[in-house]
Amino acid sequence: MRITVQEAPFDMGTEANAFAAGHTDMGAIVTFSGVVRDLPDDPLVAMEIEHYPGMTESALTDIATRAQERWSLGDVLVIHRYGRMAPGEQIMMVATAAPHRRDAFEAAEYLMDFLKSRAPFWKREITANGASDWVSAKDADEDALSRW
Amino acid sequence: MNVLYFAWVRERIGLPREQVQTDAATVNDLVAELRAREDRYDLAFSDLGALRVALDQQLSDFDAPLAGVREVAFFPPMTGG
Repeated sequence: MRITVQEAPFDMGTEANAFAAGHTDMGAIVTFSGVVRDLPDDPLVAMEIEHYPGMTESALTDIATRAQERWSLGDVLVIHRYGRMAPGEQIMMVATAAPHRRDAFEAAEYLMDFLKSRAPFWKREITANGASDWVSAKDADEDALSRW
Repeated sequence: MNVLYFAWVRERIGLPREQVQTDAATVNDLVAELRAREDRYDLAFSDLGALRVALDQQLSDFDAPLAGVREVAFFPPMTGG
């Protein structure tokens, strides 16, 4: 398991290849990345992400550990950035390796669902017209946890 | 006790963290003490449904006891991913 919380950008291809290397007994690798999405009506200048140092790492480790207990996984990777990023930049990625694809897919979805509303990150969107608004948590994100 | 604020809670109160001397038995008691201080605290805590609390970096509830707790953090619902 590797959990990384960092300000710097990362290269998803490099990370995915490094993650997959050395797992010849794994038949399935699932990767997901979250990207800063531009806003159609009011162009986004930047997204700023604040986090809670210390709690962030332990919350992500806890979520990943639960995924490993629940599915048959060879490895789990979570990278999440904080600070300021531009539209198109990668915010985060998760990767799972498993002998079989169902475990890899389900574990990746589980990681994403919990990461969205149980890991202490807060996003703020800064738009071209000068607005600077905190992104609100969605009820749908909270509801998504109930399926697990 | 170390009290931390994040995102718009930090902005409304105007501080990222502070040391608070308190005998509050629960998180709710601590919130009541803070709200009584100044309008900016009162405003920040006006809707507890829009807030979450962590005790020593573990998500918790507002009726949880504070005995032995060293760090309390208040923040809005998280928006990771």
